[in-house]
Amino acid sequence: MARSSDGSPLGGDDRTDVGADPLRPSDHVDAVDEAPAGGSGPVAQPRLGPVGYLRYFWRQLTSMRTALFLLMLLAVAAIPGSLVPQRTSDPNGVVQYQADHPQLFPVLDRLGVFETYSSPWFSAVYLLLFVSLIGCILPRTKHHLQALRARPPRTPVRLSRLAGYRSVTLATGADDAGEPLTPTTAVAAAQAQLRKAGYRTELYGDSVSAERGYLRETGNLLFHTALVGVLVTVGVGGGFGYSGQRVVVEGQTFSNVLSAYDSFNPGRWFDESQLEPYSIGLDRFTTTYEETNRDALGQPTDYTADVTTRTQAGDESAEQIKVNGPLSIGGTNVYLLGNGYAVDVTVRDGQGDVAFRDQVPFLPQDANLTSQGVIKVPDAVPEQLGMIGFFYPTAYDPGSGILQSNYPDTLDPVLSLNVFEGDLGLDDGVPKSVYALDTDDMTQVAGLNAGTKAVQLKPGETAELPDGLGSVTFEGVQRFASLDVHHDPSQLWVGGFAALAFLGLIVALFVPRRRVWVKARRTGDGLVLEYAGLARGEDPTLERAVGDLASRHLVGLGVPEDRARTAGLSDADRTLTP
Amino acid sequence: MTAAELASFSLVATYSAMAVYTIAFVAYALDLAKRSGDAQLRATADERAAAAASAGSATAVAGSSAGASGGSGSSGSGSTIVLERRAPAGQPSSSGRPSAFQRVGTAMVVLGLAVHLAAVVTRGVAAERVPWANMFEFALTGTAIIVGVYLVVRLFVYLGYLGAYVTGLTLILLGVATVHYYVDVVPLPPALQSAWLVIHVLVAILATAFFALAAGLSALQLVQAKREQAQLTGLRFMSTLPGAARLEDLAYRVALVGFVLWTFTLAAGAVWAERAWGRYWGWDTKEVWTFIIWVLYAGYIHARATRGWRGSRSSWLSIVGFAAVLFNFGVVNVFFKGLHAYSGL
Repeated sequence: MARSSDGSPLGGDDRTDVGADPLRPSDHVDAVDEAPAGGSGPVAQPRLGPVGYLRYFWRQLTSMRTALFLLMLLAVAAIPGSLVPQRTSDPNGVVQYQADHPQLFPVLDRLGVFETYSSPWFSAVYLLLFVSLIGCILPRTKHHLQALRARPPRTPVRLSRLAGYRSVTLATGADDAGEPLTPTTAVAAAQAQLRKAGYRTELYGDSVSAERGYLRETGNLLFHTALVGVLVTVGVGGGFGYSGQRVVVEGQTFSNVLSAYDSFNPGRWFDESQLEPYSIGLDRFTTTYEETNRDALGQPTDYTADVTTRTQAGDESAEQIKVNGPLSIGGTNVYLLGNGYAVDVTVRDGQGDVAFRDQVPFLPQDANLTSQGVIKVPDAVPEQLGMIGFFYPTAYDPGSGILQSNYPDTLDPVLSLNVFEGDLGLDDGVPKSVYALDTDDMTQVAGLNAGTKAVQLKPGETAELPDGLGSVTFEGVQRFASLDVHHDPSQLWVGGFAALAFLGLIVALFVPRRRVWVKARRTGDGLVLEYAGLARGEDPTLERAVGDLASRHLVGLGVPEDRARTAGLSDADRTLTP
Repeated sequence: MTAAELASFSLVATYSAMAVYTIAFVAYALDLAKRSGDAQLRATADERAAAAASAGSATAVAGSSAGASGGSGSSGSGSTIVLERRAPAGQPSSSGRPSAFQRVGTAMVVLGLAVHLAAVVTRGVAAERVPWANMFEFALTGTAIIVGVYLVVRLFVYLGYLGAYVTGLTLILLGVATVHYYVDVVPLPPALQSAWLVIHVLVAILATAFFALAAGLSALQLVQAKREQAQLTGLRFMSTLPGAARLEDLAYRVALVGFVLWTFTLAAGAVWAERAWGRYWGWDTKEVWTFIIWVLYAGYIHARATRGWRGSRSSWLSIVGFAAVLFNFGVVNVFFKGLHAYSGL
């Protein structure tokens, strides 16, 4: 165990030198105590001016303790966002939550927990954290740049209290050639050896001072700077992107213009001219279901959208979009995020005219794709018609008369419609959802609350509506794909900074920063060699490293290998005597 | 064998591994009990050990010096130097050899892991994919890796005193997984059909294993620190364990490896999320908790470097971090709504 924090092993003069590098906040365990330790009683401090107070607060903000506190606060502040649905990721969940908790909702909403991650309090925590971080990085970077050019510090007077200390006395002290070993030659050999091992070395009299692992601090600074990079690119870069959603039925084509999207989320600096013109036609949507595994019958195992794309230049190509395989086109990525059935329906009004013909996407309600949708026929005469429909890909009557689907593929498709007549409310100028029917001003003419049963159709069938309102024909059923189009120019930058942060983290945690010293002196007993090291930060292998250094150095001086190794292994003083 | 037969073989192997781990757990528990007994006799044992140590201490004959003139070591008029040998703290007993219970426990853990790995492999073969695509499989493979990491780390550092914790934790997790999380082999949904399933989840499991070891060491550190401050007199076996500072260092190093792996999990998850969901980060509940765990361990690492936080305070953070890991698996997966809904429960 080698910790640089185990007290200060060095005498007075060396103290600042050792503590000052790498630079750390004042309450870091490796930092130097600025106040003399063991002072008597409270120190009378001079009054602080405004600048003094600023300096004081800045020091508090950039201290380790504050950073630690803010990290803990960040962890706690992130929790509420996982407990309640978020508007960004689960807007329907928020609506549901409002319905389920009418009393609690307004309170929580005012606190912003439904937008936890853009709420003022969450933002405050991470912004403070990053200010604290930047306040820490900047002076440390400056200091580190200086340290990179500095020489290793002077050899401490007494090495014996340092990590891995060992001393070996060579009794005769002559090298292989018979020349007497002097402290100078022994130290020169140590310096050459250390240099080869990647240490930066400096001779101080008959001793060599060496330091390695500057990369540790470089990695540390890289990690923290890259995190700032991630935050900035996420915050700024997101504003240049956009995302949009569009449901495309088989046979339909989607063009990348603003009006073609079902929903669209522009970034702060979005401009419609950013949309590169291209089109995607959905030729076929294929779902593969598990058919052999009895535990998973009907579970989808593959979704594939076969599309034809056409760029502005007129290049046409056949492509595929899959769940884990988005399509890259025109600076955007197109993702396959959902699918379902669209029913192809023709409605004739009371006068026999075709009032409606369209493929209407129905939203899946369960694993067997029971789907629900709404058909609005504003052009029907004499009254507007509205229908709430259920589509069962494989209809099954459990005996209750209420259909359900028991397989997601279209083995026995049935469309069931509840029909309303009256005012659809489309002329109010208020946007209405295409997936909901406002029945306030309508009367049910077929379905549960009407005299006539709900209209049930198989593909190709036509049913007359009651009261001579017209007829409905179920022409057939197609698949639809729900496509997400994303453009995020900052993505590569975020990824790059994240990769840099990871690299920096590994270097910062696993490259040891250490100093070692080798000292030689002549005494009556022979040549005394001393070895010692000092960890700069976490360094579990320091002791062993000093031992290896001693062993190799002794071998280089002509000591037989086995004995040199024994001397290196133990940290006791030893004398090799004749 | 058919897939169903393989899957049921895998389940049988899982139960068998649990039986073997139970024996290991009992042996390890007996080892701890024996340590308590030994500790009681420590005062006298220490004296005896000291006497034995000086009598039987290693001796080295130093030859005729390092000079060129010196011949082989035996030719010189050797003088004896005494090598000072301190028994490193944390050794299983004063004799430096693990107790019989300890050895039985470890042998059973190795055997149990072999059976456990058979369960993991057959499950994977039955499913024709990596065996970590749902909660049961995650727990099955995850516990195997916890045990594996324990055995591997043991090769470098003596960790025998952690055996009861590792086998106990493994048994509880496997018990919960087989009772509550078991699902039959089903094909992968399209969202999971990606190479990232192999990378992202495997690294997450590895990180979890290191966090589990670190939490155990941190818990021991807390107890040891209390003992060292003489606030605790029971649990005599603790006196045969390394000191609080050493335990803390070990916990820290193990947690560091876990943190690096977790950082990778987070980044790889973001890359996969971009491929599958069209955005690299969307504050999905699982993403939130992965982030919270990352921040907690980042806090732990900073705490270790903050004056006044080294020692027991930082150990608590390590334990809280691992508690969050377990929460993320056992609670967030099951009860929280989110996109990571692949538990199949």
